[in-house]
Amino acid sequence: MTTPILEIKDLTKYFPISGGAFGKSKRAVKAVDGVDITVMPGETVGLVGESGCGKTTVGRTVMKLYEPTSGQIFFDGEEITNLRGRAMKPIRSKMQMIFQDPYSSLNPRHTVGRIISSSFEIHGINPVGGRRGAVQELLERVGLNPEHINRFPHEFSGGQRQRIGIARALALRPKLIVADEPVSALDVSIQAQVVNLLDDLQQEFGLSYLFVAHDLSVVQHIADRVVAMYLGKVMEEAPTAQLFAHPRHPYTKALLSAVPIPDPRVERSRERIILKGDLPSPANPPSGCVFSTRCWKATELCHQVAPLPLELTPGHRVACHFPE
Amino acid sequence: MLKYVSRRIVVSIIILVLISATVFIIFNYLPFDPARLSCGKHCTPEIISGNRHRLGLDVNWWVQWWRFLEGIFVGRDYGEGAALIHCGAPAFGYSFTQHACVTTLLGQALPVTVSLAIGAFIMWLVLGVTLGVISARFRNTWIDRLSTVFVLIGTSLPTFISGLLLLLFIVLKFNLISPLDLGTWHSPLTDPWGWFSSYFWPWLSLALIYAATYTRFTRSNVIETSSEDFIRTARAKGLSERKVLWKHTLRPALAPILTIAGLDFAGLLGGAIITEQIFQLPGLGRLTLQAVLQDYDLPIIVATTTLAAAFVVIANLVVDLAYALLDPRIRIS
Amino acid sequence: MSNLLDVKALNVTFPTVDGEVRASVDLNFSLNRGETLAIVGESGSGKSVSSLAIMGLHNRARTVISGEVIHHGTQGSTELISASDETVRKLRGKEMAMIFQDPMSSLHPYYSIGSQISEAWAIHNDGSKRDGMKRAIEMLDLVEIPSAAKRAHEFPHQFSGGMRQRAMIAMALVNNPSLLIADEPTTALDVTVQAQVLQLLQNMQKEFNMGVILITHDLGVVAEFADRVNVMYAGKIVETAGVEDLYYRSMHPYTIGLLRSIPRVDQIDNHRLDAIKGAPPSLINLPMACSFAPRCEYSSLVTGGLCTQSQPELEQKSAEHFARCFLPAERIAEVRS
Repeated sequence: MTTPILEIKDLTKYFPISGGAFGKSKRAVKAVDGVDITVMPGETVGLVGESGCGKTTVGRTVMKLYEPTSGQIFFDGEEITNLRGRAMKPIRSKMQMIFQDPYSSLNPRHTVGRIISSSFEIHGINPVGGRRGAVQELLERVGLNPEHINRFPHEFSGGQRQRIGIARALALRPKLIVADEPVSALDVSIQAQVVNLLDDLQQEFGLSYLFVAHDLSVVQHIADRVVAMYLGKVMEEAPTAQLFAHPRHPYTKALLSAVPIPDPRVERSRERIILKGDLPSPANPPSGCVFSTRCWKATELCHQVAPLPLELTPGHRVACHFPE
Repeated sequence: MLKYVSRRIVVSIIILVLISATVFIIFNYLPFDPARLSCGKHCTPEIISGNRHRLGLDVNWWVQWWRFLEGIFVGRDYGEGAALIHCGAPAFGYSFTQHACVTTLLGQALPVTVSLAIGAFIMWLVLGVTLGVISARFRNTWIDRLSTVFVLIGTSLPTFISGLLLLLFIVLKFNLISPLDLGTWHSPLTDPWGWFSSYFWPWLSLALIYAATYTRFTRSNVIETSSEDFIRTARAKGLSERKVLWKHTLRPALAPILTIAGLDFAGLLGGAIITEQIFQLPGLGRLTLQAVLQDYDLPIIVATTTLAAAFVVIANLVVDLAYALLDPRIRIS
Repeated sequence: MSNLLDVKALNVTFPTVDGEVRASVDLNFSLNRGETLAIVGESGSGKSVSSLAIMGLHNRARTVISGEVIHHGTQGSTELISASDETVRKLRGKEMAMIFQDPMSSLHPYYSIGSQISEAWAIHNDGSKRDGMKRAIEMLDLVEIPSAAKRAHEFPHQFSGGMRQRAMIAMALVNNPSLLIADEPTTALDVTVQAQVLQLLQNMQKEFNMGVILITHDLGVVAEFADRVNVMYAGKIVETAGVEDLYYRSMHPYTIGLLRSIPRVDQIDNHRLDAIKGAPPSLINLPMACSFAPRCEYSSLVTGGLCTQSQPELEQKSAEHFARCFLPAERIAEVRS
C-alpha cells in the first residue's frame, strides 16, 4: 500500500462571525464542514465546486495558510495538523502553491529572479551550479527566456506571469502542488499552454496536484479523480471519466449539465437541468443534506438527515440518500 | 444599526474616560514641578508646598483624576479656609493666576473658538470641494491647471504665514480693523456684521491651507469615482452628464471627505493656536498658550487638553454615524 | 440593410503617449431584431470597444471614432457616430440597452435596486416616483426575483451575484429596448447561475423580440446562444459566420486553433491540448501584416510569404461566411480535418 502524499480526514474550517454589541457571536461561516480527500503520489485530484463551496479554503488549509478548526491533515504519512511555525518549515519545502491571479500574486518590486530564488533563500538551499543557474534553468523549463531573469513582473503578460509562479513553486522540487484556479484568470488561448505545461511538469518531476478549479472542462482534462463540493461538504468523488460520464449525485449532474459545450448541435439538444433558487449562506447552511433546498428529488428525509458519503462502486463515493 | 450605534457610543465614553486619565498620568510624570513654576520670583519652600497643596498635587495622580471627574459632575471646592472658592458643576478646575473657575474661562473662550472653527470650516469646505469638483469635471484644461497652482500655493502657506500676510498687508494696511479692536468680541446675535468682519480674515487665513488640501483630495476622489463601473451604468441608462455627476458621482466621492472634514473641524475646536495669536482672538488656543508659556497654569492646561481630546472623540463618533447613514453597506450588513 | 443595426467601417482609436491604440479596425456587421450576434475574442481583441462606441459610452475627448452606426428604431433611423450626445442619450437606455460583466460594481452601492430601476424608467418616461417603483417591481417579477416588492427596497450588496445580474437585466429591459448588448454577462457568475441567467436572457429576447449582441470569450456560451458569430483578433473581425458554419466549417486558423485547444466536458481525453503558441499582440503600432501570423501554424502554406507582408481583407469563403486569411477555402478545409 503506497502512502498517500496527502490525506485529509474530516477536515473542518469555520470562520467566526463577529456580531452583537461586543465580541464574537456563536455564528460562524462553515467554509469547510467535514471533508475527506486523499491524493496518491503522482496523481492529480481535481477539487471542483462553485462559490462558497469551500474548495479554496480546503486548498489553503492544506497548505496551513489557515489553521484547521478540527480534523486531521497528513502529508506523506506525517500528521501536520498541529504543526506551526518552525516545525512546518521543512514540510513547506515539499508542498507548494500556485495562485489564481497572476497580476497580484507576484511582488511587483522584486525581479523575477528574486521571486524564484526566494524559495532557496528561505530554506537556505544552495543548489549545485548556484542559485542563479538554478533559477535560469527553471525559467527555461517553464517556457520563459532565462535572460529575462532581471525583469519585473509588469513586463510580462498574464500567461507568462503564471509561468513565473509555477517556476517559483517548482524551485524546491516539491512533492505536492496545490493549484488554486491556476488558469481561470488567463485568456482562453493561453490556458491550454499552461495546462499542457502543468501536465508535462507532472510527468517530468513526479508531482502530485490538488487542482482547485471551477472550470469543469479544464478539470476533466487534467485530473485523475474529481471531488465535487457544495457548501463545505463533499457531494461526490470519483475517477474523472466516471464522474463526467455517469454523475450520481443530483448536484454533480446539475453542475455538468450547466457547463456550456462548444458545439452548437450538441449544446442545443442537451437536457439542461436548471437549478432553482439561490445558494444558501454558508453561515446558515440548511439542515440535513445541504443541497436539499435546491434538489428536485429532495424528500423529508433529505431535509432532516445529512447523508454520509457511501462508496457505491470502487473509488466512487456519493453523499446522497437517492443517488442517480 | 442600533447595535452599531450603541457600541460606538459606549466605546467613545470609555475612550473619553481613559483620555482624561492619561492626561493626569502625563502631567504627573512631567520633569518639572508645576508648583514651583507657578511660584513667581520670591519663592520659598513654604510657598511651593502651599502651591502644591492648593493645586491638589500633593496626592497621587489617580486621586487627582478622581477629584477632577467628581468636579465635572458635582462641582468642587478649591483653596482653603478664607480662600475657599466653590465652582459649580461642571467644574474643570480653578485658575489661581486668573482668579476664576476654569469653567468660566472656558465659557468665555469657547464662543470665540467655535466662531472661528465654524466659519473657517464652511469656507474651506465650500471653496475646496467646489474647486475640486470643477477641476475634476474639467480635467486637464486651464481651469484644472489654475486650481493646481492654487493648491500648491495653499499647501505651501502655513497659517502663521498666511495669517501674518493677511493681517499686515490687508487688514492693517487698509485699516479694515483697527489694531485696538482686534479681538474684541461682537456677538453674532446682536452685532452680526461686527462678528462677521472681525472673523473674516482669520477664517480666510485658516481656510486657505485646508481648502487647498480638500481641493486636491476632492478632485482625485471625483476622478476615481467617475471611472467606477456604476457610473458607466448610469450613463448607459441615458442619464445626462449633469445628473450623473450630482446623483451618482458626488455622494460616494465625497463620503471619505466627510470623515476627514469632521476630524479637521474637531481639531480646530481644540483651539487654532496660531491664528488666534496672530489675530488676538481670545479663544481656547490663546487661553492654552498663555497658560503654558506665561503662567504655567496647570488647571487650565489640563482642562483644555481634555476638552480638545473630547472634541476629537465626539467628532469621530459623529462622523462614523454619519458615514453609516450615508453608506447602506455599513448600516445593513 | 438590416432592420435594427448596421455598422459600417467602424474605427475606434485611442491616442496614447506610447502610440495609437487601434482597438477596433474597419468593423462591418448588421443585426436584425430577434437575432443574436456573438462577438468572441480574448482580452485585447477589441470586442467590447465597438459596443461602447455603438452606445456612445466612449469619452470623445480621448477617443477617435469614425465610421457609421445606423440604428433603425421605432421613430426612424439615426446615424449614431456623428449624432449629438443629446440624440444618442435619448436612445441609450430606451431603445438600446447594455448590461455589463460585474453586476456588483455596476450597480450603485448607495441606492436601492428598485430606485435604480425606477430611475432608468424615469429618464425616458414621465411619471411619478411611485409609478417608477411600480414598474421596477414589475420588472423584478419578470426576471423571477422572489418577493420582488420587498426586495426592490434592498441594496445591491444584499443580493447574490446571480440576482444582481437579473436586476441589471431588469433595469436594461425596463423601457422595452429593441437592441440589447450584453458584455460578458455571465463571466463573473458560477456556472449553474450562468445557466439560469442565459436562459433568462433567451426568454427575454423572445418576449421583447430584441436583437442581442453577446460579447464573450466563452465558446460554449456562443454555441448555446448565438445565430451569427464575429470572431475578433487584435481589433479586427477575423471571421464572421453563422454559428454552425463557425464550429463545423471554420475558415480561419485562429478559430480552428481556439476550438482545438479548449477541453470539453462531454469528451474525456487525456492527450495534450492543441495549444496556440505565443500570445495576443499589443494593439499599439501593429505591423502592416496579418496580426495572427506570428502564431499561425499555416502561414507557411501561403505562397509568397504574404502573411508577413500585407494585411488580408475579409474574403468570402462560402455563403454568408467571411474570413480574414490569405488561404483559399479549400486549403483551409483540408487543414481543418
